[in-house]
Amino acid sequence: MDAREKEIEKLKDYKYGFSTDIENTRAPKGLNEEVIKFISNIKKEPKWMLDWRLKAFERLKQLKEPNWQKPKYPKIDYQDLYYYSAPKSMDDKPKSLDELDPKLLETYKKLGIPLQEQARLNGIAVDAVFDSVSVATTFKGELNKKGIIFCSMSEAIQEHPELVKKYLGSVIPLSDHYFATLNSAVFTDGSFVYIPEGVRCPMELSTYFRINATETGQFERTLIIANKGSYVSYLEGCTAPMRDENQLHAANVELIALDDAEIKYSTVQNWYPGDKDGKGGIYNFVTKRGLCKGKNSKISWTQVETGSAITWKYPSCILKGDNSVGEFYSIAITNNHQKADTGTKMIHLGKNTKSKIISKGISAGFADNTYRGLVDIARNADNARNFTQCDSLLMGNKCGAHTVPYIKNKNSSSNIEHEATTSKISDEQLFYCNQRGLNQEEAVSLIVNGFCKEVLQQLPMEFAVEAQKLVGISLEGSVG
Amino acid sequence: MLQIKNLKAKIDNKEILKGLNLDIKPGEVHAIMGPNGSGKSTLSNVLSGKKGYSVSGEVKYLNENLLDLEIEERAHKGIFLAFQYPLEIPGVNTNIFLKTSLNAIKKAKGEKELDAIEFLKLVKQKAAELKFDEKILSRQLNVGFSGGEKKKNEILQMSILNPKLSILDETDSGLDIDALKTVSEGVNALRSKDSSFLIITHYQRLLDYIEPDFVHVLINGQIVKSGGSELALELESKGYESLS
Repeated sequence: MDAREKEIEKLKDYKYGFSTDIENTRAPKGLNEEVIKFISNIKKEPKWMLDWRLKAFERLKQLKEPNWQKPKYPKIDYQDLYYYSAPKSMDDKPKSLDELDPKLLETYKKLGIPLQEQARLNGIAVDAVFDSVSVATTFKGELNKKGIIFCSMSEAIQEHPELVKKYLGSVIPLSDHYFATLNSAVFTDGSFVYIPEGVRCPMELSTYFRINATETGQFERTLIIANKGSYVSYLEGCTAPMRDENQLHAANVELIALDDAEIKYSTVQNWYPGDKDGKGGIYNFVTKRGLCKGKNSKISWTQVETGSAITWKYPSCILKGDNSVGEFYSIAITNNHQKADTGTKMIHLGKNTKSKIISKGISAGFADNTYRGLVDIARNADNARNFTQCDSLLMGNKCGAHTVPYIKNKNSSSNIEHEATTSKISDEQLFYCNQRGLNQEEAVSLIVNGFCKEVLQQLPMEFAVEAQKLVGISLEGSVG
Repeated sequence: MLQIKNLKAKIDNKEILKGLNLDIKPGEVHAIMGPNGSGKSTLSNVLSGKKGYSVSGEVKYLNENLLDLEIEERAHKGIFLAFQYPLEIPGVNTNIFLKTSLNAIKKAKGEKELDAIEFLKLVKQKAAELKFDEKILSRQLNVGFSGGEKKKNEILQMSILNPKLSILDETDSGLDIDALKTVSEGVNALRSKDSSFLIITHYQRLLDYIEPDFVHVLINGQIVKSGGSELALELESKGYESLS
């Protein structure tokens, strides 16, 4: 095989694994005040933002990297990373898609997100984030007519400082934990969404995160605010090139739902998982937290986690408003040497708050998959309810599945249910499917999709089909 | 259609089939009867390609060496096994399973796959023919189905996939008389000059409804006697003891 053939063979396994050859503007390597000032400066941020970042950096110096998680990883040298990398063509901000570097347009087209057509077709508004910068946001004009703000975080800091100041860090405080605080110091771009009172967002909003540059960490920051009585459904997708090195992705996502508002947040995470021997892949260390601030508000997380070498995240809900509802629907698939430690935290503070957790973990090859979750009922949370269901599916006999549920209950009127199952795909089931004409991979895909059905049903229709395919692809070669 | 010569099959070093010979021509219905442990289910498993057996001998199916084919290739080429214990697949809608199966076979044959609307039309028609309650089709595959529903579902799948050689592995076991009739009618409706059946059963009563062209008695891994449908009646009155 020559080099090109090898490349093609590799790409067959992970079709998003190509990289874009593009000239970058980078911050100097390393983590220090100068780099933070560089980031803030290149984004032309106001002083309050820089001060906020520096405060986070001061706090970071006192924090230690956590070490309680199941998947261990080699020590990360934070001084050996780039914290900002963006295509040079973005230095002078292109005003429209027509001015955007054709290489970037081509990249998104290859990823299945044709930005130009997207802008013409009806349907989904996209914010495209490439390494450290948002390169384009579609449908902005139309959304603006309804008073909806959908833009990059950098733009929001410039254009809507009052909202950013009020809500940034209000759910994930500056000094929350090591990775969240690191993000607060060096975050680069991400999406900002504001839905005004009483408005139902007429289309799906989505962000597509792409890591391209080498030796670079991606520190996205997303903030979604749903004002009283509003509704929004938001989806993020993620991919990265195949590289032998591990790359860090440490994002912070904050959601705020006021009275009677609902936020539905879906993730299809397909970062490069590393090769069959566990070399390379993304460290996906993400902090996602939603605050049901108002009464009758609702936040629903749906995640399909198929990529990354290590996935470590707990999209959580703080149910502060009375009668508020938190939901967490998760599929975590680990194959080969992938590892996942994921779940949720449901913090019940208000009265009559309800939470529901449905977690489906699938483990194949040498992979290790942990569900870790907390249900916390505070003293004043009268009549709180939680239902948790954790199902694990094992394929082969070299992988692992673990369930670590924590329950803290300080109110005797609460009602907490926990169900858990562990199962294997049986040879008999496979034989049955094969006998009906399905090959091994089709059979596995069908059975696993059945196993994940309750979660897949939660995804917006446009993405459910993609996610179903992804579930099948992620497990290719896992039985045989 | 199917020629079996000196078929032997071992599992865990135990020989189950010990030199079995059988010849099935297009349009014929063959019944295989035999006591428990005689190798009936092993025969259906080996013909459909289930893993775990070490197999020797020769099996020609439509002039191809059947034993060289993968399970799904055999299915693509028209072999259908109605399972004695149909498997449950949680979360998978019965209709979706059937459509996936039908389209996998069509694709392998180079035929046009059916879209959802065409498929639903077909399935509605077949279900009506078999007097099969359509509601079952929107439930998860075999999950919570009664024994009778599971077996009827197998026959419905058979009628939709329209196989050349259908193997029914004790499809009559656990069926009440009404379900038995429905299942038999389903099989009879599929009989044609091009399709053949291999019906494996303990009891003669299924053969009251599906009249076989040939009856074979399988004892201890070999066919010890063959005859017409009258042989089944003879067995019913005299038992297998008289032949062993």
